Amino acid sequence: MAAFEFIPNTPEDQRKMLAEIGLSDIEELFADIPAEVLKKFKPVGLDPLSELEVSQLVSQMAAENAHTGQYVSFLGAGIYDHYIPAIIPHLISRGEFLTCYTPYQAELSQGTLTWMFEFQTMICELTAMEVANSSMYDGGSALAEAMLMAKNVTGKTKFLVPKNLNPHYRQCLETYAWGAGLELIHVPFTETGQIDRAALQPNELDGLAGLIVQTPNFFGIIEDLAGLKDLIKDAFLIVSANPIALGILAPPGLFGADIVVGEGQPLGIPQSFGGPLLGIFATRMNYVRRMPGRMAGRTVDADGRVGYVMALQTREQHIRREKATSNICTNQALMALCATIYMATLGRRGLRKLAELNLQKAHYLAEKISALPGFALRFSGPFFNEFVVRTRKKPSRLLKVLRDEGFLGGLDLTPYGLLDGNNLLVAVTEKRTRDEMDRFVKILKGA
Amino acid sequence: MGTTIFDIGEENRSGLRLPALDLPERNLTELIPAELIRREDPKLPQVSQVEVVRHYTKLSRMNYGVDSGIYPLGSCTMKYNPRINEDLARLPGFAYAHPLQGDELSQGALRLMYELGEYLCVIGGMDAITLQPAAGAHGELTGMLLIKKHFERTKELHKRTKILLPDSAHGTNPASAAIVGFEVVPIPSDSRGLVDLDALKAHLDESVAGIMLTNPNTLGLFETEILEITRLIHDVGGLVYYDGANLNAIVGRARPGDMGVDIVHYNLHKTFSTPHGGGGPGSGPVAVIKKLEPYLPVPRVVKHKDRYSLDYEHPHSIGKIHSFYGNFGVLVRAYAYIRMMGDEGLKAVSTNAVLNANYLRARLSKVYKAPYDRLCMHEFVLTTKGMSEELRTLDVAKRLIDYGVHPSSIYFPLIVPEVMMIEPTETVSKEELDYFADALIKVAQEMQENPQILKEAPHAVPVYGASVRRLDEVRAAKEPILRG
Repeated sequence: MAAFEFIPNTPEDQRKMLAEIGLSDIEELFADIPAEVLKKFKPVGLDPLSELEVSQLVSQMAAENAHTGQYVSFLGAGIYDHYIPAIIPHLISRGEFLTCYTPYQAELSQGTLTWMFEFQTMICELTAMEVANSSMYDGGSALAEAMLMAKNVTGKTKFLVPKNLNPHYRQCLETYAWGAGLELIHVPFTETGQIDRAALQPNELDGLAGLIVQTPNFFGIIEDLAGLKDLIKDAFLIVSANPIALGILAPPGLFGADIVVGEGQPLGIPQSFGGPLLGIFATRMNYVRRMPGRMAGRTVDADGRVGYVMALQTREQHIRREKATSNICTNQALMALCATIYMATLGRRGLRKLAELNLQKAHYLAEKISALPGFALRFSGPFFNEFVVRTRKKPSRLLKVLRDEGFLGGLDLTPYGLLDGNNLLVAVTEKRTRDEMDRFVKILKGA
Repeated sequence: MGTTIFDIGEENRSGLRLPALDLPERNLTELIPAELIRREDPKLPQVSQVEVVRHYTKLSRMNYGVDSGIYPLGSCTMKYNPRINEDLARLPGFAYAHPLQGDELSQGALRLMYELGEYLCVIGGMDAITLQPAAGAHGELTGMLLIKKHFERTKELHKRTKILLPDSAHGTNPASAAIVGFEVVPIPSDSRGLVDLDALKAHLDESVAGIMLTNPNTLGLFETEILEITRLIHDVGGLVYYDGANLNAIVGRARPGDMGVDIVHYNLHKTFSTPHGGGGPGSGPVAVIKKLEPYLPVPRVVKHKDRYSLDYEHPHSIGKIHSFYGNFGVLVRAYAYIRMMGDEGLKAVSTNAVLNANYLRARLSKVYKAPYDRLCMHEFVLTTKGMSEELRTLDVAKRLIDYGVHPSSIYFPLIVPEVMMIEPTETVSKEELDYFADALIKVAQEMQENPQILKEAPHAVPVYGASVRRLDEVRAAKEPILRG
């Protein structure tokens, strides 16, 4: 048998250990597995590879993908090409962060518990909510969990879901809703791209568990949250927000949101072909015991020194089992650490400035594109760093031309079936330069 | 101690300069209505870059990870995380690929997912797979949704209301079943620590949607009557869900599919070496037998003439459970691990994981009580019950910290009082196993000779990661302080 570098036991070690156990053959350890099962075993058919060989093999696979180091990206739709400060990958790679688990032994996990507490605090600041957990899987499933929590608190099962919600999130909601027996009612949008308030009629509001709103929504349009909570009264106002946009937008907590969720990927997390991502989840203190997910809380040790522990674990599945607030256990801790370091690094003014860069650049590009013949902005509402362009030519054709010139030109909205005609969703982050945007416009003009 | 990033820094410090705007600046209120603009900045920290680096470096030193030493948390499989996998997941072609850039530009990523799916299917003895679940519990939820869909299709959902659950199951199991509206029926363990077959039989009728079985179970015991169990469930038309959290015990030598299992989830962050990250990201792929394949989440990765694509055309699919395709970066790491180990390496994993566990059990059961005194698989349980009037397992665990090692899981599974659940994994050396065993044996002596030293543990030895003494968890629950 080859010696594997991750397995220290030598044949001599094995012999000594078997002697201590009182066995003579290693196979005797597996005597409890029925022979019939062992007999059916089939190997995968893979020879072991050395680290060098695996590195070559997998690097070759990586090279078969396009990436935003290679292409100038205007592609967003929930995952954005933001700049990631160099210190983030360095710090999260420290073995004590990377290779530990859920902080079950608080005294050996003060590092993790402290950053969890910091993360919770930062998310509360960003959203103007009172309490946040330390992460969910992603923006889509966090929204689904918000729905389950609203159902549990209100005892009702009907949810209003806007048609301008990111369709990838909507698909998650539909799965969870079917599983948990919830009813989803679609809310249309208007020519501004915002939800149609006229559709929120009293008959729709009867028996309502929650209203879901995304801001900026799938079309990049900023929703006006004012007055929504008054309209739905005891039902939950659930807001899915982009955390970078919250650097400049009035936070949902000020508008009476009961739960704020969001996709945390913009906060220093690589796009990674769509995962690992980061689900953000915040609520009001009076619902804290109904909230899903892990939380760190502040306490003191035997000498009165401040320290942190996992708080309110009696909500969680390992204690409450089928009565738990959620089944979530392993979450996206390391991604929440990315976001914590990101927010600490940018800091109070940095996040605002970053949001302004996104906003200004997106508006520059939107104006240039809409000045071209055959192109127009699809919606009239205010937008942040993403917008929909109505095009005369087929978006798929435009994207092909752009790709040949080294651009990921955005997302063709045709397959989503949300809008009539030809529409392209274009995202602009702080990474895009004026030169890149001018070239983008030039290519569109000639396409 | 207790210092957060909010406690350091000064007004107007920042950890990163941003480029100046390279275009004519417009008035904010021209771009967004004034009432939608934030009036007060979020009170984020104001720290220079060097302060950020030093703060998080300091925090990292207050942690204990697999890199620090043995980390024998039962059912968590805290094995070594190969660093090559970190480098590979960070290659630009993976880390900077956008999920919606299109199949044509994503052939490498899709190929990796396709091949990983094929490997996992063979490893589990199953027919088809989804890589979308982001963690084990997410996989369980997916499995419960698959069961619901199956009975919806067979028009039996109204009567298939129960999920049977051995009382040694992970807490996530009942929680996952409950989300989907199934009634959870606990099945007791017998004196051998295995599913009580008579109790199981008493619940078998057409109301059973399925059973969720962890095998080996959380006592570290292989369900020797697994073939009988799966047959009994199938006889009443139910489905068998296999929680693969403990796959490390059998990987490379036995397969759930060969035991009559219909659905299985894998924990890539356990068996397949991807780092636990302080509590994720994990990955919980779910594999099924042929008849359940149409219900798997979309999109599925398919291969046609050497081209890979994402396929959404499955009308009976339960739908999506993740915004995109799951924790792709974790999949890259697991793929590299499987390729590096190959069949021979995977078999060596279970061989040595089970050997190490039994070696520790043999040494420790001379001092602690093993409630099920027999060969174990990759983990085993001990109890301190009856060893001391005044001390509990919690005190033993905290005292172990003073010896510079991470304690095992404690107080789980719930069916053994004052339990320690110990899983060393295959990636520790005999010297480390001996050190851990010696430490636990020493603590057993101290229980008799110096109980006070256990009660006061840990004694804050920063070099081992313990930067504080015992923390007051009750206070944190009574008066929760959850933000700064």
